[in-house]
Formats: sequence, C-alpha cells, structure tokens
Amino acid sequence: MSKYYLNYLDELESEAIYILREVWAQFENPVILFSGGKDSILITHLAKKAFYPSKIPFALMHVDTGHNFPETIQFRDELVGKLGVKLIVGSVQESIDKGRVAEEKGKNATRNALQITTLLDAIETNKVDCAIGGGRRDEEKARAKERFFSHRDDFGQWDPKNQRPELWNLLNGKHFEGEHFRAFPISNWTEMDVWNYIKRENISIPSLYFAHEREVVFRSNSWIPVSEYLKLEEGEKVEKKKIRFRTLGDITITGGIESEADTLDKIALEVSAMRKTERGNRSDDKRSETAMEDRKKQGYF
Amino acid sequence: MEIHNNQLLRFTTAGSVDDGKSTLIGRLLFDSKSIFEDQLDSVSKTSEKKGHDGVDLALFTDGLKDEREQGITIDVAYRYFTTPKRKFIIADTPGHIQYTRNMVTGASTANAAVILIDARHGVIEQTKRHSFIASLLNIPHLIVCINKMDLVDYSEEVYNNIIGQFEEFSSKLLMKDVRFIPISALLGDNVVNRSENMKWYQNGTLLSTLENLHISSDINKIDARFPVQTVLRPQSVEFRDYRGYAGRIASGIYRTGDEVAVLPSGFTSSIKSINAGYQEVQEAYAPMSVSLTLADDIDVSRGDMIVKKNNQPEQEQEFDVMLCWLNNDPVKPRAEYTIMHTSNEERAMIKKVVYKMNINTFERNSEDSNLEMNDIARVQIRTTRRLMLDSYRDNRNTGSVILIDESTNETVAAGMIV
Repeated sequence: MSKYYLNYLDELESEAIYILREVWAQFENPVILFSGGKDSILITHLAKKAFYPSKIPFALMHVDTGHNFPETIQFRDELVGKLGVKLIVGSVQESIDKGRVAEEKGKNATRNALQITTLLDAIETNKVDCAIGGGRRDEEKARAKERFFSHRDDFGQWDPKNQRPELWNLLNGKHFEGEHFRAFPISNWTEMDVWNYIKRENISIPSLYFAHEREVVFRSNSWIPVSEYLKLEEGEKVEKKKIRFRTLGDITITGGIESEADTLDKIALEVSAMRKTERGNRSDDKRSETAMEDRKKQGYF
Repeated sequence: MEIHNNQLLRFTTAGSVDDGKSTLIGRLLFDSKSIFEDQLDSVSKTSEKKGHDGVDLALFTDGLKDEREQGITIDVAYRYFTTPKRKFIIADTPGHIQYTRNMVTGASTANAAVILIDARHGVIEQTKRHSFIASLLNIPHLIVCINKMDLVDYSEEVYNNIIGQFEEFSSKLLMKDVRFIPISALLGDNVVNRSENMKWYQNGTLLSTLENLHISSDINKIDARFPVQTVLRPQSVEFRDYRGYAGRIASGIYRTGDEVAVLPSGFTSSIKSINAGYQEVQEAYAPMSVSLTLADDIDVSRGDMIVKKNNQPEQEQEFDVMLCWLNNDPVKPRAEYTIMHTSNEERAMIKKVVYKMNINTFERNSEDSNLEMNDIARVQIRTTRRLMLDSYRDNRNTGSVILIDESTNETVAAGMIV
C-alpha cells in the first residue's frame, strides 16, 4: 500500500508551487527577481514545474550592479534562451550615469545599497505588481518575519510592524495602483533544504558554486575574488586557492570559502557539516547589527 | 543522512519572555546543534555586554531593532531546525494579550502547539487563553511544558498539581491529544536531553515528543477537495488541447478515473490524468500541488472546486463562523468585506454577532456586539454567492476564511466555519 504523506522536500516543493500559482492568479504583471544565484535558479526551476506543460509565465528581472562574475551572466543568458522567457535588466551603472544614485566612496565602497533605487525604478518602469524573490527566512533575522506575500507601499518600502497577517494558505495580494508585492515561495527552506533539493532534481547551477582554483585576496575573514574592480590594500597579497562560493552576489563583496567540494554530493555533505551561516561571507551584512533590516525597509530584495 | 521519508512538522510556541519561551527555543536550537558559530559568537558578545553569566539562550531569537530595544516580540517569527528524524518549523509568537492576532496566525498552520507554564505560578489566565486559541484553531497536538522545574526543586507534586489545574479548565475545550512535560529550559532538563533531576518522569523529552508525534493523519484524507487555482493552457503543438486545472489538494485522495463533480456548476466528469510536476501519476493526495485534466470538456475556472461525485461539501450563502478580529479598525456594522475562501473570492457582510467570547473565562456574551482588535466572536455571515463549505473541525483548509477591508485592502479577520 502506498503511504499518503509527503516527505519534507516534497511538502516544501508543493508549498512553493502553490505560492507561484497564487502569484500568477492574483497579479497582472509578476516577474522573478533573478540574480543568477542558487535561490533564484531554484525559483525558476519551481516555476517550470508549477506551470508545466505551459511555459513559465513570468519574465526574469536582473538587477545588474555592473560588478558581475562573468560566469553568472553567461549562465543567465543560457537559461533565458533555454526557457524562452523575457529578460529585463535594471542597470545600476545606468542609475549612476543618470544621476539617480551616487557611487559610494571610501575603502569598503560597494554598489550593494545602490541596487535598491535601480530595483524600484525597474519595477516602476515595467509596471511590475509582484516581484518574486528567493529570500529565505533562515538567512537573516529581519527575513525571519517576512510573509509569503509581502506588501510594499508606493515608495517600495517594507513596514515590518504593519504587515498583513497571513493565515492558513489564504494569501491576500490586493493592492492599490502604484503599490507592489514581493512574493517569497521558498520562505520556509533552509540552505540545507535548497542543496538537498538541487541535488535531488539535478538542477544545473553556475560553476562558481563548485570548488575551483581562483586568484583571491584574504579580506575580512573570507577570500575575495580578484577582479578588475578590486583595489588591493596595503599588505594584501594575491594568492591562488581552491575555493567555492556559498552565495553569489556582487563580485566585489562576495567571499569564497576554501573547499574541495566539486560535486553536488560533496557540497551537500560540506554544507551539512558547516558551522557558519552562509551570509557570514557577505560583507554587506557585516556592516551593522541591523544592516539587512535597514536595507529591507527601504525596498531591498 | 537518510532523508527521503522525513516529514515536516510545524509547531507554534505560546508564552511570554517571563515563561522562558525564548530561552526554550534557544535551548532547542542550541542542543540540537542548529546554531552556527557566527550566531553563537554574536550572541556570546551581546550576553557579555549585558552582563549575563554565560550565553543567554534567549538572544538567539532576538528579532528586529524595536523588539530588541523593548525586549518583546512584535510579530510572528519563523525558525528552523532539523534532526535526523524530522524538519521543524517554529512559529514563534508573542504571548501578550494584544498579540492574540499573532498567535492565531502562527497557530493556523501548526501541527502542534507548545504551551509554557511557569512551575512557580501554575495555570494562569494566559495559559487558558493560549489553550483556548489552540483548541479554536484545531491544532491537532498540544504539548504543555511545565517550565522552571529547577526553581521548584524538581518536585513531582508541583508538576502533578499543575496537570490537575490544567485538566480542570481544559475539559471545556475540544482537544484531541494533550501531553505534559516537566522541563527546565534554562538548564536543559527534558528539552533535548533527559533530565537527571526528574527520574520520576518516564515519558519523552520535548524534542523526542516532537520527533515522534503521529502527524500523517493531521490532514483530512477522506473528503477529497480540490480548489482550482488557475487553468493551464499551453497551446503548444505538443499539447494543443491540453486544459489542466492547477491547484493544491486541500484534502483527500484523487485517482485517475475517479468520478468527479465541478462546483458550483455541478457538472460531472471523470479524471483523465494527474500531473505532478513533469510526471503523470495515478494518484495524488493532500497537500500535493498537481494539475488535473478531465475526460469531458466543461467550463472550469479559478475559484471552482473539483470534488468526488459522492462526497460533496455544503453549498451555503449564509453560515456561522468563529471570527477573530485582527485589525485596529473595529467591525463596521453591516459593512461589506471581501471574503477569501480556498481560491474563491466573494463579497460578504457580517449580519449579526451571535456572541462574543471571553477568552480568559470561556464565557459567552450575547449582549456585546462590538468587535475590536483581538476579539473572538461567533458571527453570522452572508455572502453574495454560495460558497463550497466544510466545517473547520472537519477540514482546516476548506473550513477557513479571511475577510479583507475593501477600503484598505488589509486582512481584517480570520474565520473558522462552525
């Protein structure tokens, strides 16, 4: 006799598919926020399953800081071609050129916070009423309080104290003109769940996640990749190391870890033994206790 | 690690900082080795700054800026941990009276509720309130943790007295499965590891109880209900005539060939195929997300429900619900709201407040019809068209509704069909 209960990965998958279908049913013009990282690749994979045999009914929206890993961009373009979906690119460089934002100055300058303006502009110009993100509640304490359907006012801001209660599976996506929603189908997944699922479904991901030799510099406790944007500081030296990345973002702030894990099996094993959170290698989150909370309130991913 | 058959258990914790709720969650995460080094470092530093001895476990659940400043929890926070047996999702909800709304939210999807009682104080008003909400929301399993046993010399007598107090008031509530565990969250007794100090307690620790609860029967597998979310029409060469009805099975089991009725139209057909992802399957059950195709070409759209021909829900335009008011603006008499029920949406009016519940004493007051934030009442609702309803006791997914205020778009109430 068959068993009539789901294992936890199937249940998480079913929940995510349910949310993606609700987004499609409740909004006029939803997009998937696509960074080229594993979480947004996972969302895209789930969307494929949710609407099969139809095509994914969402465009992919990429907020491009201009400081990319070349591997990410190549992966993005191949995936878009394969799926036959539309790609919308919001460019931080363009926002800078237009004078919408100014480049940060100083030693630890990054374009991380500048993305907020570019993202909100791209949402407005493209009349997007729901942006689907790969945010997970286990990533960061400010994300632990996110809803599946998260309301943003007409300035794109998140008000954590005034969120709509979310009961059972009833998702309220009603909004006025100019407001939009963020939807988070994999809210309940942990990093480990994501890797176990990627392994089970054999989802292809950028080579950066696998251990590879790379020129790097040791900075704030992690290995920052050498790129045309990296300015060496006094005392820093370029080394060749076998590393891999746990998260992918702007190349200037995404640190790698030393690793021998060059297959999905080895990565899953490594992650299960991991003693540090994955965002521990992201210097954008290390700025202060409330770095993520502050950015999220303004409209960050 | 063997993971294929591990289930997901969602539980909610009720209690305030004073009951040691944050410490308990911190203890569960810490002892089950779910805390990462950088989290531990950050919490150790904060503990030191605050002058605590050792690591303050409660700090692992610290949330937003305002919450840290005021030492309270404002909203439901979700936490995760995994053991070799199960994956767990904790809906960590605040215990203060003004946050009934958050507890209801956290409880709505929970398989189990963990209620904390301070062993020194026994059953208090808050315990009754939390138990009432757990029973109202029909949470299948209730685990009552009698905490701070270290402060009452691990006394079996104190523990038994509190169980007595609990049994006394809870006999008025509908509950299926209640367990009691004496613990000390601070020192770790009976949370993850067995207590050396309470040899008189023979049953499982909190974690082993959570790991072994029988949850496969928590979802109704008898009454098949399939609310249609959206219709898939690929219109590609390969799938020219494909019309798939996509949705998440709310309850029950569907097999190819089953005779079904589409509600509200009442047209009947049979299931031609079931798709789960890219695969065709012969049967599917709740809570799977699938798409169904039917043997006959009938008109089906979002909000419709596909059910078995011989097992159908009630279709009503007027019905009673237990309503929990969640919004700062009180109920407007005879005002219209949008009602969401499964994937269906209609307009609704609160015709009458039958009685208001005092959730501390369980007394019913039929004189007071004024509903404000956090109030719970039995009300009569009338909708513009018939809804396909089950009672909440029988079916949490097809027995629940929310009300939305059309002038603000906010979710203002949660309702359980009586």
